[in-house]
Amino acid sequence: MNSGRKNNAEQYLRMYRQMVRIRVFEDQANQLYLSAKMPGLTHMYSGQEAVAVGICEALTNEDRITSTHRGHGHCVAKGAEFKAMFCELLGKEEGYCRGKGGSMHIADQNHGNLGANAIVGGSTGIATGAALTSKLLGKGNVTVCFFGDGATAQGLWYEVMNMAALWKLPIIYACENNGYSEYTATAEIAAGAITARAEAFGIEAHRIDGQDVLKVNELAENLVSRARKGEGPFFVELETYRFSGHHVGDINREYYRSKDEEANWRLNRDPIKNFGDWLESQSIADADELVAIGNEVKASAEAAVAYALDAKFPDSSEVDMHVYVGVDHALPYIDGSSK
Amino acid sequence: MTREITHSQAVNEAIAEEMRRDERVILIGEDVAEAGTPFKVLSGLVEEFGTDRVIDTPIAEPGFMGMAIGAAMTGMRPIVDLMFGDFLFLVMDQLCNQAAKTHYMSGGKLKVPLVLRTNLGATRRSGAQHSQSLQALVAHIPGLKVALPSSAHDAKGLLKSAIRDDNPVVIFEDKLSYQDKAPVPEGEYIVPFGEANVVREGNDVTLVATSSMVQVCCEAASLLEANDISAEVIDPRTLVPLDERTIIESLKKTSRAVVVDEGHRNFGVTAEIASRISEKAFYHLDAPVVRMGAMDVPVPFSPALEDLTVPTPQAIAANAGRIFRGDLLHAI
Repeated sequence: MNSGRKNNAEQYLRMYRQMVRIRVFEDQANQLYLSAKMPGLTHMYSGQEAVAVGICEALTNEDRITSTHRGHGHCVAKGAEFKAMFCELLGKEEGYCRGKGGSMHIADQNHGNLGANAIVGGSTGIATGAALTSKLLGKGNVTVCFFGDGATAQGLWYEVMNMAALWKLPIIYACENNGYSEYTATAEIAAGAITARAEAFGIEAHRIDGQDVLKVNELAENLVSRARKGEGPFFVELETYRFSGHHVGDINREYYRSKDEEANWRLNRDPIKNFGDWLESQSIADADELVAIGNEVKASAEAAVAYALDAKFPDSSEVDMHVYVGVDHALPYIDGSSK
Repeated sequence: MTREITHSQAVNEAIAEEMRRDERVILIGEDVAEAGTPFKVLSGLVEEFGTDRVIDTPIAEPGFMGMAIGAAMTGMRPIVDLMFGDFLFLVMDQLCNQAAKTHYMSGGKLKVPLVLRTNLGATRRSGAQHSQSLQALVAHIPGLKVALPSSAHDAKGLLKSAIRDDNPVVIFEDKLSYQDKAPVPEGEYIVPFGEANVVREGNDVTLVATSSMVQVCCEAASLLEANDISAEVIDPRTLVPLDERTIIESLKKTSRAVVVDEGHRNFGVTAEIASRISEKAFYHLDAPVVRMGAMDVPVPFSPALEDLTVPTPQAIAANAGRIFRGDLLHAI
């Protein structure tokens, strides 16, 4: 844990609460899946909370992020609220995307979240383009591109990282290395050091413990403020761990990782538990206060789930809406009969 | 006032006018700045608008396509220059999985106002990877609009519509016609999407033709006229949206159609238009609808072979004559 205690209890408790909100959200989502109340499946962020929260805490509402298929954590950390998120996961009209995106496509542009992406590495171009906009408009906004270790195998990232470096774009590439590319250990898919890939473009690269929210936040604050001044881009590899399988249905996974390994991370490197212990050790909060935060968050999540379960599905007339901007219904438009 | 300018100049004018009108419009692609592209279509733009808005990229089509999408989602209006239509295969994920679906997947909250300018057309002796006409690929994907100008006039008017559109638009220029001249108004005008152009009126057979095939069909119509067959030539101008009504109305008059597009014939643009005619004008038809397109082979390099792969005025006139005379093209 970071030994240098900052005199900022309010911020610490906000970060703690945000991490708890992500964990509780995922626990509820998992229950929805196990009880067959959620269509499709979803990818749990549990275990990686310190990454999303430590980084997003350093961003303003006008700063932007792009997210991944394992994106609920980024969405919560950037400011989304439970009700519209659960509605989206259940395909309901009041979801962030009117139920048309689902877990893998949640976007929340009011908080600068340009969207989760179901193509691994698919958002690296979008994020870099958002950073190009920031540079052209000169407003000092920063974009954080979240992606996993698996995405480092995709070519697109190298193309856009090259351009980001050439044009000094205000972007931070945040690689969450959770040790597994779907069902395959990262060591089997990544040759050499991942940081070296960014360094090859002359990009300043960092590798840090992604379970320590204070360390993550300290680095993020530094890089974000430097990126605002035109010193970007930057790359950060955050060493982390996904507590669950690749997705909620990935239950029997001993063929690619052991139960001992999982137990060790849960016991010793849980970012929420460790940060809670630190808050207590620094007398920023006592155990009862942390339990109260957990209970309060859980109650609000349960209320949001109940609300979402009762919420309306979109009307069938919505099926061909929002295909084209400025076109109410796509089908008569496409064949010219709406003229 | 009208003057004659080339297709290439028309494209350049459209971009320059829109960049003057709206500072969010930027150009991005390979050698778009000082080089003005290999076709010199963009010459002079960087001098007027600077390198912040006319952005030369490395040779990285998926990369700059993806960046254009992100820029479009955050307030810019990028025009992406894809040097050859064949490179569409390189950008398909970004174009079709990202740009085309973002508005829908976000429930209407995010939009991607960008234009992908590229080209089509064979017989330039460029080989199989620089000669394809791939408009069918993108017309298949909901969320994209697809425009196919066939003249300098439409190249300018459709491109201006595309730049003002809040959706991703793919516009294919016929790279063999960049130096062709046509009358173009001096002043401001646009060509709206979804409005077909009746290029030539006729009564006996309808030739529905896109892009490079419009001029070829006009030549076919002249050949037919010499044999007292009156051909109507219709250019849909946009595939998405498609002005079905103008095509169907023509069929009600002529009862016969040949549909011609330079893409491969199999599973192509012509198949779509022919089937819509069959579905919506069946009882007006006196003959099967004939499809003509590029031969279903990779485009060969040798001129002796390449010329065999594209529809010619003679071949189109021959097919039109056959259906006019009632020589039905029976299946075996």
